[in-house]
Amino acid sequence: MGARGDVVIEFEDVHKSFGAHKVLRGIDLRIHAGETFTILGGSGSGKSVCLKHMIGLLRPDRGRVEVLGVDVATRAERELVDLRTEVSMVFQSAALFDSLSVYENVAYPLREHRRGWSEERLAERVARSLESVGLAGVEAKMPSELSGGMRKRVGVARGVALEPKVILYDEPTTGLDPANQRRIGELIAGLQRDLGVTSVIVTHELELCFAISDRVALLRQGRIRAHGSADEMKRSEDEAVRAFLEGSRDDAQRDPEPDSPGDSAHA
Amino acid sequence: MSASEVPTLVQRLGERVLAVVDEAGEFTLLALRTGRAALAPRFPWAESLRQLEAIGARSSTIVLITALFTGMVLALQTGIALARFGAKPYVGAVVGLSLARELGPVLTALMVGGRVGAGITAEIGAMQVTEQVDAIRSMGADPVQKLVLPRVLAATLALPLLTAMADLLGVVGGMLLAESQFGIDSNFYVQTIVNTVTLEDLFSGLVKTFFFGWWIAMVGCFMALRTTGGTVGVGRAATRAVVIASIGVLVSDFFMTQLLVMF
Repeated sequence: MGARGDVVIEFEDVHKSFGAHKVLRGIDLRIHAGETFTILGGSGSGKSVCLKHMIGLLRPDRGRVEVLGVDVATRAERELVDLRTEVSMVFQSAALFDSLSVYENVAYPLREHRRGWSEERLAERVARSLESVGLAGVEAKMPSELSGGMRKRVGVARGVALEPKVILYDEPTTGLDPANQRRIGELIAGLQRDLGVTSVIVTHELELCFAISDRVALLRQGRIRAHGSADEMKRSEDEAVRAFLEGSRDDAQRDPEPDSPGDSAHA
Repeated sequence: MSASEVPTLVQRLGERVLAVVDEAGEFTLLALRTGRAALAPRFPWAESLRQLEAIGARSSTIVLITALFTGMVLALQTGIALARFGAKPYVGAVVGLSLARELGPVLTALMVGGRVGAGITAEIGAMQVTEQVDAIRSMGADPVQKLVLPRVLAATLALPLLTAMADLLGVVGGMLLAESQFGIDSNFYVQTIVNTVTLEDLFSGLVKTFFFGWWIAMVGCFMALRTTGGTVGVGRAATRAVVIASIGVLVSDFFMTQLLVMF
């Protein structure tokens, strides 16, 4: 792992369209090792799309995406396998496998990439991962038996099981009650502190953003409108940043560009 | 018709054709990737067995009921028809031939296509819209190997077995009816079948079912992995999968039969 400060994720003029709908229109971004970086944006601003490029779930139409030195844009799917053991993603809906128990969900990446491990060693790592999200002892439960907040935390436990260098969080607190939102925020900060991982968070929740971020970028209409440290962003004079901070979610609907009818649609 | 409508119509036709070609291309790619996944290390044996149970064993009830009643109604109808030529005793021969060559394979495929095609599409489609398929990819695993391959393999193997069972039970159904309705001795009934139906007849029916099984599961998985639009999309995908799987079975059956008759 590079020392703190090395660039681990780099976007250069990244464009992405779905049919006629241009979602990303030239993203430039650099995320450094060990930092917690938050991409803020309204619904449909393209922030989840941006995040999915960081692990190769989506490929840019144009531009360059480099993650941990791997050129994600040009590699074949099977050449991304190694990268995906070092970068993990926590999905908005947690994306737990309904047919598998919590234990098997968390063990999934281990069974895939730690083939030599004994079942005891595997069980130990699963237990430790669940412990790190405050859910010790729920191994036998099925995802359908868990609350929304617990599902998200199991999703995080699955994300840390392989001890990745980078964790990507897609809307980690959306749909949770305030207590759970705070808990997830503390969890992300704690993992960053304990494991020294680089965290990239996509959200529209300002409280979460400013509670845990080292740096923040505002994504608007497919471009990075502004970026800086959390404090710089709070004090920013930029009109769009102010509008987002004060009006938060309405931002995306407020003044869409004329050539982007889908911008206000839900991503 | 105004002049401006003409290009629109042509345009729309063109778009439709392009969409179909595009889909066919993607289907072919998925089929190739499935074949390649079968050769990749770490073959999903356990999941394939589980699917063989879900797709094969659990389809046996509907397949057997279908076969039994088809055999009975076939014996009834042919018995009435053959009586006009004084050939009623040969009901068994007609029932056996029809089942082995055509009805056993096609009816089994249509029943399994409905049950399994919809089931596969709904299950994997729901995984697709809840990001579970993306989650598999994000953890460095291959959804084709994990989800598609076991189902395609299981359906390809299950369909010939189910068809063989359907052939047998259809013949039994016909026998029960022939004896009770027409008073045909069951020994004689079986004897006419043994004398008429050759191994080649049986084989020409069963060989088609490997393709039917492959096709039903491939279409189901293909539609599932393209699902968009939440739960409504899952329903739409399942409907499309069943329709396309069934039509594909009927159309391909004709061409495969033509081919088999030639050789």
